[in-house]
Amino acid sequence: MVNFLCSSIGKKLIMSLSGLFLVVFLLLHLALNLTALLSESAYNAVCAFMNENILIQIMVPVLAGGFIVHILFSMFVEFKNWTGRPRDMRYAVANKSKATSWASKNMFVLGVIVILFLFLHLFHFWSKMQLASWLGAEEANPYQLVVKTFSCPCVCVLYIVWFAAIYYHVSHGFWSAFQTLGLSNSKWLPRLQFLAKLYAIVVFWGFTLVPVCFYLRNCCGCCGASSCGL
Amino acid sequence: MKFTVKVWRQKNAKAKGKFETYRVEGISPDTSFLEMLDILNNQLIHEGKEPFAFDHDCREGICGMCSLYINGRPHGPDDEITTCQLHCRKFKDGDTITVEPWRSAAFPVVKDLVVNRHAFDEILQAGGFISTTGIAPDANIIPIRKQDADESMDASACIGCGACVATCKNGSAMLFVAARVSALAKLPQGRPEAAKRAKAMVAKMDELGFGACSNTGACEAECPKHISIAHIARLNREFLLANLQD
Repeated sequence: MVNFLCSSIGKKLIMSLSGLFLVVFLLLHLALNLTALLSESAYNAVCAFMNENILIQIMVPVLAGGFIVHILFSMFVEFKNWTGRPRDMRYAVANKSKATSWASKNMFVLGVIVILFLFLHLFHFWSKMQLASWLGAEEANPYQLVVKTFSCPCVCVLYIVWFAAIYYHVSHGFWSAFQTLGLSNSKWLPRLQFLAKLYAIVVFWGFTLVPVCFYLRNCCGCCGASSCGL
Repeated sequence: MKFTVKVWRQKNAKAKGKFETYRVEGISPDTSFLEMLDILNNQLIHEGKEPFAFDHDCREGICGMCSLYINGRPHGPDDEITTCQLHCRKFKDGDTITVEPWRSAAFPVVKDLVVNRHAFDEILQAGGFISTTGIAPDANIIPIRKQDADESMDASACIGCGACVATCKNGSAMLFVAARVSALAKLPQGRPEAAKRAKAMVAKMDELGFGACSNTGACEAECPKHISIAHIARLNREFLLANLQD
């Protein structure tokens, strides 16, 4: 087992499994977010359920673990990859081939961007909702928190940049995970690449819809507060 | 045709290398790229300079000996060919052509454009074979599904040139190892040692300093035999199943 985990394929396998776990989480999170577009009561009811359900409470540390494992193993793989072609062995003329996607060559950088914005997101929402509830502090009204946060155009733009980074990261990571797990062949490879693109598009537009709709509603004066959440 | 050729010059593995620029003129468009380098070397000899070293052997695209990273691509600007099959008509008259050796921690430069690809031999020695005892039976006695035979044959097309390693951002040898593992895994003769082979070859690949696979697909795009990255999925599968058997 130790030999397996120390191998390049073993490390990538752990990265892939944790990545697919996060892919499922993203879809659940998206479904939750979209309820905010339906009504205040629906969104608040879902948030209350997330705070009270025992299964969700157990899944929170599991989810955090999934993130940590994915980040740690991607770092192990990436740092080893840097030694495959050290800095002093770089080519004078870079390969300009269009056969490879930009995302596939920049997964680590995209991952770093995703993590940095994740901290901002946790500060904006999780710290004022679930964490506040755990600490016994006064919990913010989830819907009003969304309204307040996305009333600032800068925050909306930052979130859309974050969603774009997630789009590129999962558009490669999704099919790459199946490839690493050995669940691909010449027939399934193009199908998985198509599914990855589809998943990335759904995730990007689904998540983007919320800040855009709330900002526009705020501009039209449908919602209350206007304050920069940065 | 005339070209300005920038060639990587390096005395030995430990010396610091640098580019030297040469001019070559009167080249026919139908001259092969390696012949153009021969002409340039001949010119250097006449000028009393030391010719540069580069690998080549069959010059028919089957031995995998020629290498060269030409204008940012292994084996040059054309697809699915080796450097020896590249012709000067693929360049424009007056072009500057930059020629570099394969760059990978596992392929140290021996001299100028020649790199040591012995690491591939070591990976093959670790498990890229079938052990037979007694007399090998007639190959046609064992029925093999056409699809399996075709996939094995496609993987066997690998000539071990190292373009996959040269183009991969991680200097990964996964396509090479995958092709060798896949070629044998798809045949009944290769199954008895499949688990041992996958583990041994991957362990040797990691030990020799090759990077991991990021599934960019650059290797498939630059492979002169266009070996599919679907074989990498099979290697991953073989490796995983081999470890589950322990």
